[in-house]
Amino acid sequence: MQDLLRRYGPGLTLIMTLLVAFWLLMLVILPNMTLFEQSFRPYLPVTEIGGPRDTYGFGNYLKVFDGSIERSLFGISFSIPVHVMTFGLTIWYSMVVTALCFLLAYPLAYYMAKIVNPRSLPTLILLLFIPLWVSEVLRAFAWWIILAFRGPLNALLLSLGLIDDPIRWTNMGYTGVVIGLIYTYVLFMLFPVYNAVQSLDTNQIEAAEDLGAPWWKIHWRIVLPHAKPGIASGSVMVFMLSAGSLLVPSILGSTTSQWFTQTINQWFNDALDWNTASAYAFLLLLLCTVFVSIAMRLFRVKLSDIAK
Amino acid sequence: MSAGIDLENVCCDFGSFRAVDNANVSIRPGEFFSFLGPSGCGKTTILRMVSGFIEPTQGVIRIGGADVKGKRPNQRPTALIFQNLALFPLMPIWENISFGLEVRGIDKATRRKKAEELLRLVDLPGAADKMVSQLSGGQKQRVAIARALAVEPQVMLLDEPLSALDLKLRQHMRAELRAIQQRTGVTFIYITHDQGEALAMSDRVGVMSQGRIQQIADPREIYNNPVNGFVASFVGENNIFQGEVQQAADGMASFATPHGTFRARLGELGDKPGKLYVRPEHMLLSDAPAVENSVPVTISDISFEGSFIAVHATSDTGAILSAEIRNDGAATVPEKGARVHMTFDPARAAILPDANVRG
Repeated sequence: MQDLLRRYGPGLTLIMTLLVAFWLLMLVILPNMTLFEQSFRPYLPVTEIGGPRDTYGFGNYLKVFDGSIERSLFGISFSIPVHVMTFGLTIWYSMVVTALCFLLAYPLAYYMAKIVNPRSLPTLILLLFIPLWVSEVLRAFAWWIILAFRGPLNALLLSLGLIDDPIRWTNMGYTGVVIGLIYTYVLFMLFPVYNAVQSLDTNQIEAAEDLGAPWWKIHWRIVLPHAKPGIASGSVMVFMLSAGSLLVPSILGSTTSQWFTQTINQWFNDALDWNTASAYAFLLLLLCTVFVSIAMRLFRVKLSDIAK
Repeated sequence: MSAGIDLENVCCDFGSFRAVDNANVSIRPGEFFSFLGPSGCGKTTILRMVSGFIEPTQGVIRIGGADVKGKRPNQRPTALIFQNLALFPLMPIWENISFGLEVRGIDKATRRKKAEELLRLVDLPGAADKMVSQLSGGQKQRVAIARALAVEPQVMLLDEPLSALDLKLRQHMRAELRAIQQRTGVTFIYITHDQGEALAMSDRVGVMSQGRIQQIADPREIYNNPVNGFVASFVGENNIFQGEVQQAADGMASFATPHGTFRARLGELGDKPGKLYVRPEHMLLSDAPAVENSVPVTISDISFEGSFIAVHATSDTGAILSAEIRNDGAATVPEKGARVHMTFDPARAAILPDANVRG
C-alpha cells in the first residue's frame, strides 16, 4: 500500500483502491451474501415475503434428501435420494475427469519440460493454446458434432475396423460429459504440471538413471514427488471447474446423465425457486471444498505448496 | 572391483562443432586419472560419453575391455558425480545413498545398513536421517561420493565436484577423495580446470584443448616436460620468448630471439615454429651475466606471495620477465629498479610448438 502510494500518488491510488473495493464488495461479496441469506428462507408467494411464514431454517438444504429412488450397485439394492445421487455422481465423474486429465497431461508436460527442443517449445505452446481462443460453447458443440451418431469419430473408428457398428457416444451415461470436460480443462492440468516438472534439475533425472534406475522408477521416485505441488494445484483446478461446470454437461450430457449444477440450474430457472437453488449452490461449494481438503490431507499436500 | 577404460579414436560432434576430436587414451584399472583443460575443451563431453549420456559420433569406448556402444547409463558399471552433485532433496540422506540399491530391489534393512556403512567411510556418521538441505557444502560432497560408491561402480566419474567449495575445504576434500580412491581401489576419472587439483591428486593427467588431448602423462612429467606451449602455459607459469631455431643437435638447439641467442632443449616441433618456455622458478637472478642464457633486466615489481617471492622485470626490449625466489628465510631480494641478469639452465628451458589444434 505504501509502495502503491509512493509510485502512483494519492489520486490514482484512491481510484484503484475504490475500484477493487467496488469489485469485491458489489460484484462478489454482496451477491453471495444475498444468496446465502436467501438460502435459509422458504420459497413463498410474493405477498407472503416478510410475513409470518418467512422464517429462517435449514428446510432448503434438507430438500436434497427428498425423493428417493431405487438403485442397485454390485448386486446390492438400496434407495437413495435422487439429488444426493446426482451429487455423488458429479463428484465421482469430476474425479474421473481429473485423473484422466492428469494421465493425459503428465507425459505431455514431461515431454515439453525435459525432452522437446527448447526452440520448438513456443510453437508447441501456441498450438495448445489456439483451441482456447474459441468460445467454450463452440468447443462443446464441436465435440457434440464429433461424437454424433453419424459423426467423424464413428466414421474413423468404423473405417479403421475398430468397431462394427457406430456408437451412441452422447447417449452412454456420462461418457460425453467426461470427454467434453477433459477437453475443456486439460490445459489447467498441463501448465501447473509443466511448470513443476520444468523446475526439476535435469541432473537429478540423469543422476537417477546413472545409479541404475529404470525410467518408471525415475518418474516414481524423482519426477513425480518433485511435481507433486503442481499436480495438486492442477487437480484442484480441474476438479473444481469440472464439478462447477454447467455448459458442458448441458450440451454433451445424455438422457441418463445429470450434473449437480444442472439440478441447481433447474431450481433457479425452471422452478424459479431461488432459495432452494442458493442452498444447493452453497452445498456444492462447501462439500467440494471439504472434499478437496480431505484429498489434500490424504496426499500430504499443503495449501502453501499449491499457492506457489 | 575396478575396470580400465579405453577410448579409441573417439570423436563427438554437436552439429558442425567437433567437441572431442580423435581421443585415444587407455586408463588403467584402479587409476586416478584427470582430464585437465579450460572450459569448453571437451573434457565434460568425454565424461558424458563414458557414462553413457552421449554416444560418440565415431570411435569405440571400452569399459573393462567390453565395448559399451548403445548401453544406457543405467546399464554401465560407472557412477557419475555431478558438478552440482544432484542429490535428491526430497529424500533423507540414507535414502539418497541407497537409491542405487533400491532400484536393484534390495530390501530396506540391508539398504539402511549399507548407507550407514558408507556414511562412516566418508566420515559422516549420524547423518542418515538428515535432509540434504541441512548439510554443508563439504558434507553434501561426501554424500554424493557415498551415493556413487553404494552401487559398487567399477569406475567413478567426477565432474568438477569441488568447484563450488571454498579454498580450505577444497584442499581438504582433495586429500579425502584421494584417500577414498585408494581405500576402495575404484578407477577414478576426474574432470577439472584447476591444475593444482589435477596435479595433486592424479596418477596421470590428460591435458585437453579445443577437443584434442594434448598430452597424457604423470603430473611431474606434465609439469616438467610439457609437449607443447599450451600444456606449458596452462599448467604453471612461463616466460615465453619468440624466436627461431638455429642449430639443433642431441636434443638441444640454439634459439635466436630479440634478447640474444639462447640454448635450450628442443621439443617435438615437426615442421611448426616454436617458442622458448622458461618457468619463473628456473630463472636465477645474478649481478653479473653468466656464460650463456642471460638477459639483462631492470626490476619493475616485487610481490611477496608467502612461500615465494615473485620478481617482475623489464628487459631492454620492453618484454616483461618474471622469476620466483623461494622464501627460505635467507633469500636476498633485489631492490625495485635494480639492474640484474636473469639466467636459466639450458636443461630447464624448452623450445615447444603451440597447441595441437586443427586447421
